[in-house]
Amino acid sequence: MSAGAVASGGVWRRFLRHRVALGGAVVVALLLSAALFAPALAPQDPTLLDTSVRFLAPFADPRFPLGTDELGRDTLSRLLHGGRVSLTVGLVAMATTVLTGAAIGIAAGYLGGLADTLLMRFVDTMLCFPQVFLLLVVAAFVPPTLLSISLVIGLTSWMEVSRIVRAEILNLKEQDFVAAARALGASRARIMFRELLPNAAAPILVAATLKVASAVLMESYISYLGYGVQPPLASWGNMLTNAQGYFDTIPWLAVLPGLAITATVMGFNFLGDGLRDALDPRLRMDP
Amino acid sequence: MIGFLLRRLLQAIPLLVGVSVIGFGLMHLAPGGPLAVYTLNPTIQAQDIERIKVLFGLDQPVHVQYAKWATGIFSGNWGYTFFGGRPVLGVILERVPATMLLMGSALSIAIVVGLAIGVLGATRRYSVFDVLATSGALVALSFPTFWFGLMAIYVFAIELRWLPSGGMWELGEEGSVVSLLRHLVLPTLVLALVITATWSRYARSAFLEALQQDFMRTARAKGLSPRARLLRHAFPNAAKPLVALLGVELPFLFSGALVAETIFAWPGMGRLFVDALTMKEYPILMGMMMFTAIFVIVGNLLADIAIAAIDPRVRLS
Repeated sequence: MSAGAVASGGVWRRFLRHRVALGGAVVVALLLSAALFAPALAPQDPTLLDTSVRFLAPFADPRFPLGTDELGRDTLSRLLHGGRVSLTVGLVAMATTVLTGAAIGIAAGYLGGLADTLLMRFVDTMLCFPQVFLLLVVAAFVPPTLLSISLVIGLTSWMEVSRIVRAEILNLKEQDFVAAARALGASRARIMFRELLPNAAAPILVAATLKVASAVLMESYISYLGYGVQPPLASWGNMLTNAQGYFDTIPWLAVLPGLAITATVMGFNFLGDGLRDALDPRLRMDP
Repeated sequence: MIGFLLRRLLQAIPLLVGVSVIGFGLMHLAPGGPLAVYTLNPTIQAQDIERIKVLFGLDQPVHVQYAKWATGIFSGNWGYTFFGGRPVLGVILERVPATMLLMGSALSIAIVVGLAIGVLGATRRYSVFDVLATSGALVALSFPTFWFGLMAIYVFAIELRWLPSGGMWELGEEGSVVSLLRHLVLPTLVLALVITATWSRYARSAFLEALQQDFMRTARAKGLSPRARLLRHAFPNAAKPLVALLGVELPFLFSGALVAETIFAWPGMGRLFVDALTMKEYPILMGMMMFTAIFVIVGNLLADIAIAAIDPRVRLS
């Protein structure tokens, strides 16, 4: 217990010292609360059409703080509700990635032998396909709902997580506490999920944070191409698709959703980078 | 070396089999299966679909179909497109030069600039430049490439009118090198941004690691100049992980090229892929998946051989 407290104190100190990561955490916290309270924060209904106020510029009308789009819908409300959609997809996709990746990584690392060889060959095979290609093919096959989009993103991006977890498990399974658990008669499942998994939490947490960033990027891209979130539901990606039609005259419609995506992805990337430095000094980019 | 080559070649075979099984499985997972374009078409009657099924061999057991399809893939018969009935491999191959030109120019810029930034960062660790470069790289990796492309079009094509917004040649100037280069600038820069960021991060950590080795201290004690130490001692040791990165990053390069090609209407493989997606051209989609996967396998193989050539220890293990 005391060892854990000392270690976690060290983690906090290392994390707080990392100013950029702290900035990332603040951005992420702001975005999550904006998404959570979007219905209360949004000044208008994001799907309300009003053709008398089309293409208002930002700050031109106090009723529409960030202007309106080609159908007179309030941009700020659409950004807030779109953020809700993007973050939901990002988080569910991340959960799918982490669950699949961790399950395969633990099974391969702990069982070893033939199971390890087969699972890791499968991982190698999946990694041969460029992710965007795989993602678009499957996204074009399944009817686009928020859940299906999240699952498709999650199921095409778990491979690195399984490699990270496997490496961690290979390291852990030789340690004494595993031998102790085995001597006490713990079952394989118990050793894998109750003994090994919690000890591999740090690299999984780091990978999870970075995966939210890449899932948000992927969602925006497939929505932009029309295979993701479907109108009238707003997402940052499909707002960009709409904006593209009026791009040469009304650029701010494309600038705002892009900035929102960039801020979100950057927030999670910086947070993940800081967590890696704080939790897992071995994985640092900076040896 | 020959033993190593053989072993490495043998390892590529299960990968090829795996890739072909996944590709074949995906095609049969598609709604309507490989015949979707016919079954979803109301003007085609049920008995005609049955005839087409027999014609394509789709009435046979799955493993027979797979065997036929896989033999086709590895002997160059990749099937025919739904619209126009052109051979799939030919359709893909005619798009390869445009994509290779784009990927090649972006990768060259990324390697040169990324290495320079990484080496400077590693030799002046924690300097203002280093801190700016490392955070800048993470910022660049956070940009949605397609949005960055749109912004580049707005600034350089619409506002400043310096460069064309898309395509490969001006109308009536097909084959002109100047026109080609002008069209190449924006997609290359947009694609290069992300790869440069990745390269600078990896180059920095590879050089940091090499600079901390004992032989670097020895080289300094011998009185070698900083330049000689960097080029003759650090560089060959940092090169190994970077060559490996070249192989590992290939799928990302294809993904990035797809994004850049769709934004800039660059007539390469990515553009072909997205067009095939809207037309539900499954043979082209599957062909593209197989083509990129095989390319990645071969790329990794070449990277491993290059590493073995650089470092004799790899050959023996």
